[in-house]
Amino acid sequence: MDKIWVLAEQRGGVPAGIVLELLTAARGFGGVVEVVTWGPSSESTATVLGRYGAAKVYDVGDIGEALPGPKVAAAIASQVSGGNRPDAVLIGATHDGRDIAARLSVRLDLPVLTNVVGITASGGRLTSDHSIFGGSTLLRAEFTDAIPGLFVVQPKSFVAEPAEPAGQRSVEIVAIEVPETGATDAARIVARHEEERSGPELDEAAVVVAGGRGLGSPGNFALITELAQLLKGAPGASRAIVDAGWVPYALQIGQTGKTVKPMVYIACGISGATQHMVGMKAAQKIIAINKDREAPIFTIADLGVVGDATKVVPKLIEAIKARR
Amino acid sequence: MNVAVCVKQIPDTAMPPALDPRDHTLVREGKLIMDESDSYGVEMGLQLVEVAGGGEVSLVSMAPNSATSGLRTALATGAVKAILVSDPVLAGSDALGTAKVLAAAIARLGPDLVLAGTESTDGYVGTTPVQVAELLGWPSVSFAKHVEISDGLLRVQRQTEAGYEEVTCPLPAVVTVTSGVVEPRYPSFKGIAAAKSKPVEELTVADLGLDPSQVGFAGARQQVISVEAAEARAAGEIVVDKGDAHERVLGFLEQLKIL
Repeated sequence: MDKIWVLAEQRGGVPAGIVLELLTAARGFGGVVEVVTWGPSSESTATVLGRYGAAKVYDVGDIGEALPGPKVAAAIASQVSGGNRPDAVLIGATHDGRDIAARLSVRLDLPVLTNVVGITASGGRLTSDHSIFGGSTLLRAEFTDAIPGLFVVQPKSFVAEPAEPAGQRSVEIVAIEVPETGATDAARIVARHEEERSGPELDEAAVVVAGGRGLGSPGNFALITELAQLLKGAPGASRAIVDAGWVPYALQIGQTGKTVKPMVYIACGISGATQHMVGMKAAQKIIAINKDREAPIFTIADLGVVGDATKVVPKLIEAIKARR
Repeated sequence: MNVAVCVKQIPDTAMPPALDPRDHTLVREGKLIMDESDSYGVEMGLQLVEVAGGGEVSLVSMAPNSATSGLRTALATGAVKAILVSDPVLAGSDALGTAKVLAAAIARLGPDLVLAGTESTDGYVGTTPVQVAELLGWPSVSFAKHVEISDGLLRVQRQTEAGYEEVTCPLPAVVTVTSGVVEPRYPSFKGIAAAKSKPVEELTVADLGLDPSQVGFAGARQQVISVEAAEARAAGEIVVDKGDAHERVLGFLEQLKIL
């Protein structure tokens, strides 16, 4: 393994959490670790990336209001076809990451492995782990004749740790060019909206309180928010109530939403569809409150309460308040 | 305004999924159904055509054994025709191989817009539609939660991890839609009857002018090394609420030093 590239998506001028997780993993593969980033603040980003083991940062530069997919994929493909060829490119499974992976795959005419939850390097090859069938089955795969290997990795698959020894590392920043992208690059972002949030980020919170259909009505989601606040945690939701328009997508937990690994996960009125469980089953402890004794969520809950969440949660809120 | 919708026909999600022990592909024998996540693209297409006041919705699908049962569901709600690519050499195709097939089929239709789900319910790979866009040389907007077209320009609300972006995009383009973007209509009895006689053009890889080495197992260039049961989480204590279960939850949170 000579060289691994990690795609570094930025969030507000710092690398997204998944980037640090991927850098930590890549350091263990036995090659030099380099990064491809884009956005307005590559200098400050590079310092953080260096701390996590990046030796070099390829900077696509500020892409303005363009969606990242076409430009970033074209810039990487151009490096590879010019002879700067890593053994693998690790890409976080974010919305933009998936777009970039898809376009890069076509530009390089190489396959891509997605939903990766682990990567192992041995004998100069990388093998990837995939959790399938709602997490009941672990599948291990590898590319047969595809360099670089394109891996799209799920958040929280690795624990981010700064490189040892700590201290200032020099990181070389190399600007790379974006070749002509033609019509592929015609979409433009005209406005950005962020959901308001008080308390910790959903995928960083030590406690997550999540609500589902069993809450009965959109108004009852206030119970989830209040309990989360009392426990200094973050509120989350099942896909069912996001699709139904009760709460914004930013709260969705599961295969098509966020992956969370809190100390405690409290599922209220969530039956536990496989697509939800893959996003929360790695929680240290799971508490489930659901009316249906047969709900799948009880098969993985450390404490299961068979009961109506709209009755149990208000009492729990009162009891917590009473302790103060 | 002509819309092509990518429709995946998958095994019934009510049945437990299984891998073929010989080649580790998903078992897709038996009757296939339309992936529910594609019903949103079909409905979105029908609504956009209605608003445009003309045009039609066509379907594009790749499936084994000439399967059309899932396509008929979408034809019953108002799509007018379908292209089905079915060919034994497609067995083992990955997302890129699938995208090559779909892109070639879409090119024959020449639509103004291609709609697809963000990912399938059986495979969850999630790259195929944007691969199709790159193959066609088109822009794409993924994770759409609201779509409008005015003066030939797409206006999309695109989900992001923290909220959403408003994106504009000229046509032709590929858009992937999230579940819940629209409420899919139910087929009428008349629609179901009419769907039986709507044209489904069946094509092979050769018909599309693709090299067989680009698709199927040969094109996938990846292999499964092992398949094993994942470590299962055990079920814990169960209490039935008789009005005091919140006290047990409180105790549990105290034990964990959350309170």
